[in-house]
Amino acid sequence: MNGFVATLQRELTLAVRHGGDTLGALLFFFVAATLFPLAIGPGPETLARIAPGVVWVCALLSALLPLDRLFGADFDDGALDQLIVSGTQASLIAAAKALAHWLVTGLPLLLAAAPLAAMLQMKPASLPVLLAGLALGTAVLSLLGTAAAAIVLGARRGSVLLPVLVLPLATPVLIFGTMAADAAATGLTPRPHLLLLGAFLAACLPLCPLAAGAALREAVD
Amino acid sequence: MRLKVEAASCFRGDRLVLDRLTFGVHAGGALLLLGPNGAGKSTLLRVLAGLKRLDGGRVTLDGSDERAGKVAYLGHQDAIKAGLTAAENLAFAARIGGGDPLAALATAGLETLASLPARMLSAGQKRRLALARLTLLNAPLWLLDEPTLGLDTASVEKFGATLALHRQSGGIVIAATHLPLPIEQAETLELRPGVPAAAR
Repeated sequence: MNGFVATLQRELTLAVRHGGDTLGALLFFFVAATLFPLAIGPGPETLARIAPGVVWVCALLSALLPLDRLFGADFDDGALDQLIVSGTQASLIAAAKALAHWLVTGLPLLLAAAPLAAMLQMKPASLPVLLAGLALGTAVLSLLGTAAAAIVLGARRGSVLLPVLVLPLATPVLIFGTMAADAAATGLTPRPHLLLLGAFLAACLPLCPLAAGAALREAVD
Repeated sequence: MRLKVEAASCFRGDRLVLDRLTFGVHAGGALLLLGPNGAGKSTLLRVLAGLKRLDGGRVTLDGSDERAGKVAYLGHQDAIKAGLTAAENLAFAARIGGGDPLAALATAGLETLASLPARMLSAGQKRRLALARLTLLNAPLWLLDEPTLGLDTASVEKFGATLALHRQSGGIVIAATHLPLPIEQAETLELRPGVPAAAR
């Protein structure tokens, strides 16, 4: 457990020190979402209709950006070897990384989603549902992303392989997340969609760190 | 404390790098791994560290297969985070393995650089910081891959003293090196490059 806390703390310290890298995903989120009104036109009705989808897709893509270096830096400089030799469970290392990814990328995306949704003319009434869905969804993305980042570790062109691996797995999250927001916008209950998102998170919570841990052991082998 | 390696065999790709290797090292002992490039010195060290899995044979420390936490490993890379200060780098290792980071820094003669970001350190200073991490971990088995690479003469001598101290307290040192290492009464193990499986 020492290894988990120490790794998490180090990740957060490094994220603050390399502030530019940390903000990169957030800026990408803003810029990518801003392109839609420019390309589709500023009609409030069209924008309000596509707003949840745009926010979700852009959040999904932004969350992918830092995954490449999630384990890459530690793998290249030998820090991963040191962590594993120290006797820290590989799955605990992965769990710490996933939590760090969520705190450093998922949480800021969540905070930025509200102004972005307002910019896209989304109805204020459905905003809480969008955010609730994103809170669950970004956590799932961090977990799936961590597992995928560990799996492609050491592979040539791993950064290209990574989105191809994560995005298909993330489609259920995208579908239920946007459906929850759509349901709220049309006056239906978003509860079943949010519950399914929660179920997805509950499944990923133990499985992804275990898968990532096994992949990390394989990467240092 | 006794390290025993019995008929250890290991493949890298389809090449047999370690071929039924058997040896043992007692508490206070030192073993130098010799051999040309590609002979399997680094592979053997990674096997002993528990990073690389054996394809045959057994490695035991005091009769137990479990070595996690009892090993300090120094590979080719220093595992120093450029974004953290020298002290923070050691403090991170200390939180997992125990030990006093400031004392370790002082032993390595790096206390004046403690609050400097590690990206400002030279290659030799980074290596010294990585060596300081060894003394921190309180691990009986030290596995060193070219430990003195990039060190100046004074630091090499200082490191020799550290090694002697570690062995006096019952520790084991296994090192792969091409440079002369300041270590006394060390046994040597000569490794030969393996034959590709297809050529047999």
